[in-house]
Amino acid sequence: MLRLIGARLLTTIPSVIGVIIVTFLLTRVLPGDTAAYFAGPTASAQAIAEIRSKLGLDLPLPQQFFTYVMALLKGDLGQSLTTGQPVTKDIAARLPASAELTLSGLLLAMSVALPLGVIAAVKQGSWIDHLCRVVATAGVSLPVFFTGLLLVYTFYFILGWSPAPLGRFDVFLSEPPRVTGFLLIDTLVAGDVPAFRAALSQLILPAVTLAIFSLAPITRMTRASMLAVLGADFVRTARANGLTNARVIGTYAFRNAMLPVVTTLGMVFSFLLGANVLVEKVFAWPGIGSYAVEALIASDYAPIQGFVLTMAIMYVMLNLLIDVLYGIIDPRVRLEG
Amino acid sequence: MTDSSRIEPAPALRFEAPPSTSIWTHGRHIVAENPITGFAFVLFALIVFVALFGASIAPFDPLASNTTNALQPPNMRHWFGTDQLGRDIFSRVLVATRLDFSIAVFSVALVFVLGGLAGVTAGFFGGWVDKLVGRIADTIMAFPLFVLAMGIVAALGNSVTNIIIATAIINFPLYARVARAEANVRREAGFVQAARLSGNSEWRLLLTQIVPNIMPIMAVQMSLTMGYAILNAAGLSFIGLGVRPPTPEWGIMVAEGASFIVSGEWWIAFFPGLALMTAVFCFNLLGDGVRDLIDPQRRT
Amino acid sequence: MNAPPLLDIRNLTVEFATRRGVVKAVEAIDIHVGKGETVAIVGESGSGKSVTSYAVVRILDRAGSVAKGSITFSGVDLVTATESQMCDLRGREISMIFQNPRAALNPIRKVGKQIEDVLLQHVQATRATARAKAIEALEKVKIARPEERYDAYPFELSGGMCQRVVIALALACQPQLLIADEPTTGLDVTTQKAVMDLIVELTRERGMSTVLITHDLGLAAAYSDRVVVMEKGRVVETAESATIFRKPEHAYTRRLMKATPRIGMSLTDLLPDDAPRPKVVERRTPQAEAGPLLRVDGLVKEYPAAVSGSLLARVTGKATAAPAPFRAVDGISFTVARGETLGLVGESGCGKSTTSMMVTRLIDPSGGTIVFDGTDIGAIPAKQFAASALRRRIQMVFQDPTDSLNPRFTAERAIADPIMRMGAITGRDALRGRCEELARLVGLPVELIDRFPHQLSGGQKARVGIARAIALDPDLLILDEPTAALDVSVQAVVLNLLQELKGRLGMSYLFVSHDLNVVRLLCDRVIVMKTGQIVEEGTAEGVLGSPKADYTKELLSAIPHPPS
Repeated sequence: MLRLIGARLLTTIPSVIGVIIVTFLLTRVLPGDTAAYFAGPTASAQAIAEIRSKLGLDLPLPQQFFTYVMALLKGDLGQSLTTGQPVTKDIAARLPASAELTLSGLLLAMSVALPLGVIAAVKQGSWIDHLCRVVATAGVSLPVFFTGLLLVYTFYFILGWSPAPLGRFDVFLSEPPRVTGFLLIDTLVAGDVPAFRAALSQLILPAVTLAIFSLAPITRMTRASMLAVLGADFVRTARANGLTNARVIGTYAFRNAMLPVVTTLGMVFSFLLGANVLVEKVFAWPGIGSYAVEALIASDYAPIQGFVLTMAIMYVMLNLLIDVLYGIIDPRVRLEG
Repeated sequence: MTDSSRIEPAPALRFEAPPSTSIWTHGRHIVAENPITGFAFVLFALIVFVALFGASIAPFDPLASNTTNALQPPNMRHWFGTDQLGRDIFSRVLVATRLDFSIAVFSVALVFVLGGLAGVTAGFFGGWVDKLVGRIADTIMAFPLFVLAMGIVAALGNSVTNIIIATAIINFPLYARVARAEANVRREAGFVQAARLSGNSEWRLLLTQIVPNIMPIMAVQMSLTMGYAILNAAGLSFIGLGVRPPTPEWGIMVAEGASFIVSGEWWIAFFPGLALMTAVFCFNLLGDGVRDLIDPQRRT
Repeated sequence: MNAPPLLDIRNLTVEFATRRGVVKAVEAIDIHVGKGETVAIVGESGSGKSVTSYAVVRILDRAGSVAKGSITFSGVDLVTATESQMCDLRGREISMIFQNPRAALNPIRKVGKQIEDVLLQHVQATRATARAKAIEALEKVKIARPEERYDAYPFELSGGMCQRVVIALALACQPQLLIADEPTTGLDVTTQKAVMDLIVELTRERGMSTVLITHDLGLAAAYSDRVVVMEKGRVVETAESATIFRKPEHAYTRRLMKATPRIGMSLTDLLPDDAPRPKVVERRTPQAEAGPLLRVDGLVKEYPAAVSGSLLARVTGKATAAPAPFRAVDGISFTVARGETLGLVGESGCGKSTTSMMVTRLIDPSGGTIVFDGTDIGAIPAKQFAASALRRRIQMVFQDPTDSLNPRFTAERAIADPIMRMGAITGRDALRGRCEELARLVGLPVELIDRFPHQLSGGQKARVGIARAIALDPDLLILDEPTAALDVSVQAVVLNLLQELKGRLGMSYLFVSHDLNVVRLLCDRVIVMKTGQIVEEGTAEGVLGSPKADYTKELLSAIPHPPS
């Protein structure tokens, strides 16, 4: 198992290198003057020149790349013009908010999608199956920012059940001491039940929005792979040997069906991390997505670059995790790793 | 819908060669079996019509503002209401169709050509082409795709062309991989070997034996990614990339209406969002329909 | 047999709901199986033999259902039994083993655990004893080192070994009836013998009844007491297996029997009596004086060994020296004389297909020479051979007629392809004329040549493949298991066609096959291959009649011999 993880870790190296090269290139292919972009729209000619030499943009490209990588290794992603803080610090402060939102959305989606997909496949042609198809097609068709707005209108404006879509915490309450950065956990650690409820009530709508979005691909894949597995020879053997339906579906079919689903999770994460940006904008969620959007509006480039890089590295790590998970389920990968 | 191939097909199906069926009779069959697909085809025709003639049938000038008429809820005169500048939302939604539709069509066409060619060549010839294409696809896939699109548009500059390019780039791995896999399995297929024996050169094999057999699968891929392309483009303009106000475009219109949702003026964001959703829904249904039509084995 | 039969199928009709309406897969059949009896159900594809067995254990897919009739198993009506009753019966009273054993096992569960699942399900073991009992079950099917194999996953076992595990699963709970659905199809002939002998031994030992479902009449007759012949969903004949070969009653059985190649018969014997005889062409004796058409010398094909060791080990330099490459073909030499048919036989993985691919110049050899009519064609890279003038003289008929036709080309386009690339004929009408001529030559109705492959039957597709291969009058035709994917009656016709064409067009054949009975009928000389090397060669009568090498003897004795 350790060998498998080690081997997978090595395969991520080219990905990480690729990511670094692409983010580097993205900053250098800016049409027009990179320094002017970095300096912001209001900078004077002299300030731009200063920034150019400060950023080393007058040096040859390989040398620039070297400096860029060295800075990265020190955790230096540059300065944000809007917040005046180092980008690394800003991102570190905002990352937990994004992570909490994404993970809650994913957990919510999986807890609905997996049972739904399995039941739809087992009871093929039943009303659950039809529901599953509707969910699968409608879910991918909903623009995530539109779903968010509809939920806000319904549950905030009309019903008044949820708080205003303004961030992750009630401004009048005091935040709990930071332990994990996840408010749901930190409030519980602090034993502050009202704060927990406040954080939860802020989280529900954006998390549901994300969940609706990622529900479709997981449901679709679960149903499809369950159907494929249920038609497989070894399931026929298991049935012919008298194993009960529950055992055939639970032990034999489900675990095999999970393999393609786990693979799909990589794609789902890709969608989720992207959708996260949109949802954060709709709900004014103080995560790294809205940070990047603010920077985009202000033409503040360093945060955007830092954001793209952070997201990519996180995504590479998530894929690593998925690979390891796959190896745990599938002995063919584990043993031949 | 059920897969009876597991059990041996009934004798009647095996002993007589199946009667010849054209794609039209097959198509009619599919529409009859699944009326939703028929509905999707009609909807698609409607979208194409509005994309072509939207500007001529719009009752108002989509850019003409009239502050005295601002923030009107839907009524007989303004079916979808008016926005904060008093512009007619119905007209704006109609006119926006062309832009959103074009972005989707052009980006899908672009990636179809580039990704398809790269993938087919990689899968058929293998070697360094394969490694290179695989490496490029892997690098793109290492990013969350929407985030990469944000980065590309931010870097290349804020324009519709760059949205099309970014959307094509993030779809590249998908097309390249499908085309590669399909070309690769067919590379050693019996009929390709037979064509080799018939004296066809490798390039000729690629063009006459491999490509025609991959086209249906690529067509399915295209119709399945149309919806994603349009969603992606709208998402980018929602966060202020690409399309600039006052140009009517669904994503940016939803963004403009977003701040009015909390005060109850729902129609500004709702109708463009609904239009977007309908279009994507239509493309997805159509994608499933096209797949059923062309590639019945892959139904899910 | 006065006692009531163990399994009694009466007037059974099974229907499938398809897009084209309801189709009867099995119609009004009666089959009974006595205690301790082995009954074989024989039929070609589509005869409904598998559907019958699925109906017995009630694992028909949801489109299929029993429309009429009854299935009684030791007094229990299986058609009306509840699902939980069936669960209890399956595996404990009636077991099944299937074709393609590797797919029949859960790929991600240890085989020992899979046996335990069945034992626990039927309360044949407790959690404490399950492991020991599972190992015992593995031991009974003669799996070496059962304690180790308990922890193996199916992908770590060979096909024959997987089938043993499937048998262990089926017999773990000592059922009274075993249904074996094509248990050895896809396995090599020596493995087939081992598996069949094992099934017979274990079922005899326990006094079990067996239903053996197979397309192979020889196998059925060799291993069963009684044979039930099915055709198109109906039972056409039931007879003692000792007599069925001698006195087949029904016309279909006679046809099927005739088509099954056996010792001491000629090619034309395979055809039904009423079929037109192919024109007898005198067997021209191979002309040795003109020099052989093909001379292969020291032919080698190596593949780089699969990279072993983890990436980590390779990066850290801990990997040992590069493993020796795998030799698929290991220095073989042979000749094919003009007008001769050379048979290349061996079990899967022996290198016979690799050899044929090298001779056809589809892949490049790693060493040795291939001299065709005086030219060393082995020296021409496979990628450039398409442009060679010799290309048209060496052609091939492929194993799978479906796979070897481009689904988007009509039969005519497929036949015309080599002519358009390399032939002298130009002009649409001339081309069409030539295609029609070729179609007539291979016995393909001319009106079918505008059809696409999916609109043709297996035999018709095989004919299209042959027409394409002979379109340019090649000198050497490589036949790579040309009938392996066909039913025996179609195989008989195709083999005769090939024999006739050879004489008419003056071709030489390199015939690659695993089926010794077919090789015997068609070939002048035979080469037996094993692990990339030639173990024996000689005339067909010599090698197959009085084999010298142990391996050839083993192969021959493994063929099921129907009582004659």
